[in-house]
Amino acid sequence: MDAVVDNLGLFWTGFLSTLSLLIVSSIGAIVLGVLVAAMRISPVASLRGFATAYTEILRNTPLTLILFFCAFVLPYLEISPGYFPLAVIGLTMYTSPFVAEAIRSGINGIPVGQAEAARSIGMSFGQTVSLVVLPQAVRMVIPPLINVFIALTKNTSVAGGFFVPELFAVAKRVANDRGDAVIMVLLGVAFFYLIITIPLGLLAGRIEKKVAVLR
Amino acid sequence: MSTSVLYDAPGPKARRRSIIFSIIGLAVIVAGIVGLLFILAAPRVTANGASQPGLLDGSRWDIFLDRAVWRTLGDGVLATLRMAAVAAVLAVIIGILFSFGRSARAVWIRVPVAVILEFFRGMPVLLMMLFILLVFGTGTYWAGVAALAIYNGAIIGEALRAGIQSLPKGQREAGLSIGLTPVATRFLIEFPQAFRQMLPIIIAQLVVLLKDTSLAYIVGYSELLRTGVNNLSNFFGNRYFFSLFFVVLVIYLAMNLALSWVARFIARKSGPKLGTLTPGTFLPPGAEGTQAITMVRHADETTPGTTH
Repeated sequence: MDAVVDNLGLFWTGFLSTLSLLIVSSIGAIVLGVLVAAMRISPVASLRGFATAYTEILRNTPLTLILFFCAFVLPYLEISPGYFPLAVIGLTMYTSPFVAEAIRSGINGIPVGQAEAARSIGMSFGQTVSLVVLPQAVRMVIPPLINVFIALTKNTSVAGGFFVPELFAVAKRVANDRGDAVIMVLLGVAFFYLIITIPLGLLAGRIEKKVAVLR
Repeated sequence: MSTSVLYDAPGPKARRRSIIFSIIGLAVIVAGIVGLLFILAAPRVTANGASQPGLLDGSRWDIFLDRAVWRTLGDGVLATLRMAAVAAVLAVIIGILFSFGRSARAVWIRVPVAVILEFFRGMPVLLMMLFILLVFGTGTYWAGVAALAIYNGAIIGEALRAGIQSLPKGQREAGLSIGLTPVATRFLIEFPQAFRQMLPIIIAQLVVLLKDTSLAYIVGYSELLRTGVNNLSNFFGNRYFFSLFFVVLVIYLAMNLALSWVARFIARKSGPKLGTLTPGTFLPPGAEGTQAITMVRHADETTPGTTH
């Protein structure tokens, strides 16, 4: 137990680092994801093709490879803003197609009748999308989006393997120092992850129930 | 291109505009790719002023003529696949056990299993690998296999439980009423249906598992990334670093895309059975919500319910 208490400060800085990785990358992933989702449903064929290729390639590349690319290959190409920004770039890139897919499936989940009704009372394309389709889609998209961010929380641990001093890296360091208390150290770190992921999961479940009543 | 309900069918003017935009978009994308290639092909100037050939230069790719390189890469692929295969089998077994525990009738089984599941699902796989490696001293291979099996087993368990729960109540009642014990009903009636219903999700999760084997790189297992990039570029020299990374990336993409394709194929094949299994869900007309809104949608591009 004392291994955890002694290193609480270290854990705390690691936790803050994980949290900032999570927040910055999720903002980036939302921006990029919305962009890709918009391209994916746009009437312009070439943008659609590009967005599809982007999604397919990034979704089928292991996160380790993407972060490896950011941590080793980008500096090799003389792009080196430091390991934290590089990890943020990697996590953003990796998460964005999942965000895009969540948004797209949310829009796809809106019953066609809704759009048809809007069109039949004479609404234009812009009105249909902004007043009828999107308000419903946003609600449907939130639970899957939260699941994406839960996954992102867990994925930030991979950045610990690439020189970002977040929770996983702290766990590795402290566990090496205190070989006698490895179990306690790792359980302590797991606790820090769980206080992010479990509330998010509960939130997703609640919103899902609320949305289900609507429909 | 199918027509969308969102706007009227495009007239000649709108169609022409759409084609023009499409061509402009294509030109921008092609220009981006060409620009990237130029940047890559430009000679590198190192810190001491010496100039090195660009990344697309032949001298950076000539090791791929060597058969030994491919043999080493093959070893890496095998190491990755070996880990993925063993972990996948174990994950399905653990998932089945979890789903039984989670939907057990006895509270003293159900509640602890639920807590354990929640714990495993909320924890990074990487942390679990480190934990198993340090606490049980299993060596990196078994640490990777065990962590992947437990984590993905927990997710598969949840999926199977949801499958069991979504079955019509009559299935269980019918089993009990012909005199099967509750356990036999679960094994013979409920579980096979739930398993088939959740097969697409399980397979999609196995794709995730294959991807996640690369996490074992961080705890030091010699899988494809480590053997392919670190070991080979240490041996042949740093100038092959980029080419080796590129080749490893392509190998990974090929494996994952192939497996995703199989997953989609199976999802499509087992799709119709879903509808016949649960006729209880009534959809109002138009509720299927399809491409009418987004125009292009390949029937099952998204495999729902997976975490990545």
